[in-house]
Amino acid sequence: MTQTDRLLPANEAIDRLETQIRTALQRGELVDPLIIGIHTGGVWVADTLHRALDCRDPLGRLNITFYRDDFHTLGLHPQVSPSDLSVDVDGRDIILVDDVLFTGRTIRAAMNELFDYGRPRRIALAVLYQRDGRELPICADWTGQEIKLGPDEQIHVGGPDPITARLVSKKRAEEN
Amino acid sequence: MAVNFVRPKIPKFAPDPWAIQFDEQGRLRHLLTIEGLGPEWITRILDTAEGFASVTDREIKKVPLLRGRTVVNLFFEASTRTRTTFELAAKRLSADVLNLNLTTSATNKGESLLDTLNNIQAMQADMFVIRHQQSGAAHFIARHVAPHVSVLNAGDGWHSHPTQALLDAFTIRRHKGDFTPLRVAIVGDVRHSRVARSQMHVLNSLNVGELRVIAPRTLLPTEVEKLGVRVFHDMREGLRDVDVIIMLRLQRERMESGLLPSEEEFYRLYGLTEKKLAWAKPDAIVMHPGPANRGVEIESSVADGPQSVILEQVSNGIGVRMAVMSLCMSASRTGDA
Repeated sequence: MTQTDRLLPANEAIDRLETQIRTALQRGELVDPLIIGIHTGGVWVADTLHRALDCRDPLGRLNITFYRDDFHTLGLHPQVSPSDLSVDVDGRDIILVDDVLFTGRTIRAAMNELFDYGRPRRIALAVLYQRDGRELPICADWTGQEIKLGPDEQIHVGGPDPITARLVSKKRAEEN
Repeated sequence: MAVNFVRPKIPKFAPDPWAIQFDEQGRLRHLLTIEGLGPEWITRILDTAEGFASVTDREIKKVPLLRGRTVVNLFFEASTRTRTTFELAAKRLSADVLNLNLTTSATNKGESLLDTLNNIQAMQADMFVIRHQQSGAAHFIARHVAPHVSVLNAGDGWHSHPTQALLDAFTIRRHKGDFTPLRVAIVGDVRHSRVARSQMHVLNSLNVGELRVIAPRTLLPTEVEKLGVRVFHDMREGLRDVDVIIMLRLQRERMESGLLPSEEEFYRLYGLTEKKLAWAKPDAIVMHPGPANRGVEIESSVADGPQSVILEQVSNGIGVRMAVMSLCMSASRTGDA
């Protein structure tokens, strides 16, 4: 671990996220939601929430590789594992889960993919960490922790058991 | 964008004829043959295809990866399955597709291959999918296209049919998993088959346990053993303990007279009937690249039977071709951006 590395209290962030979603469900803001995680970190967080909230339907997993907007510049990203949505999303309330909300491009890609599966009634966004640097008009409905980072800093989420989060300086990481 | 016809830079260190398949950064740019891919690239293509297979299971079977790109199918030789699955693959990647059936077109009026190519390239194509009766045609075209254009070989002469071999490997992997314990037999007209040649390269690259060919001497290429296969001339011996049987089409249009006494005799000795299928392992799968000559190399009840995965091969062809197209296009776009 480098000097500028800092462990973030991921457990507390997950608890906060879970509490907010539970409250929203009790208020009836979402009905019988389908939880869908974005590969890879988002799936870990989604899985934790899915177990805690005792959802009826199986957890959904999205791999947005085929929907990324940087294909022209970066090419095809290596496949982790394919998307897995066994439940019909038509007319459903969906909680889309990711680990870090940064530019917003991943979420845009994930929504594009979701709409190729059907027409959800509502999509709400839950993220473990919401950081600065948005490039699209997207913001989370529920956030575990909000963080402002320096230009060279990143959040690395590890998992799945336990889910951990580290604040890493990119510069440092490259030097090492 | 200005169209230029400058030859692509071929790396100076390229020692092998198939090195042209990669760009200077070592990324796949053309798919011309299986040789030179190695197990890493083959596995990467199969894994990527696995991702695309899930796309074809859902309601909207399209992803936006190749939006705005133009794929041109150049078929100098008749094909239904390969051309339509390439077309479908391109369309599912959101590319625009142009199908040129050149068996009936300008080439018959005397236009050279290079002239045809340059004319189509002037239409701003990004990828050529080529089938040609001459071995090496796709290589030739790959050497002459503009730097941003990718070339995929959809079958050239007796030489190579790489996407067919990849989809066969994909199908085997889905049914059997690991290749190392498997016994695979390729049966029939190996001599005229580009599919068989590519299959041997793929399966040996993936370290298949034992690769056999079963055929009469006249339908085997000379020194076929050098391709890493065990040769059998008898079906009962060759099919013993086999996990995968790949039947080949008897290529009557490529056949010189005198290689076979008669189709009836070929069927009696090498045609896959239910009786002969029983000599293989009970859970053996039966494959055929199509189009199958029923009653010549395979019995109808076997082609349509429970062990046949022939139609699955066709479906898998779409995902595998999507994988190859997107991997090649990701190389060609990043270099000259």
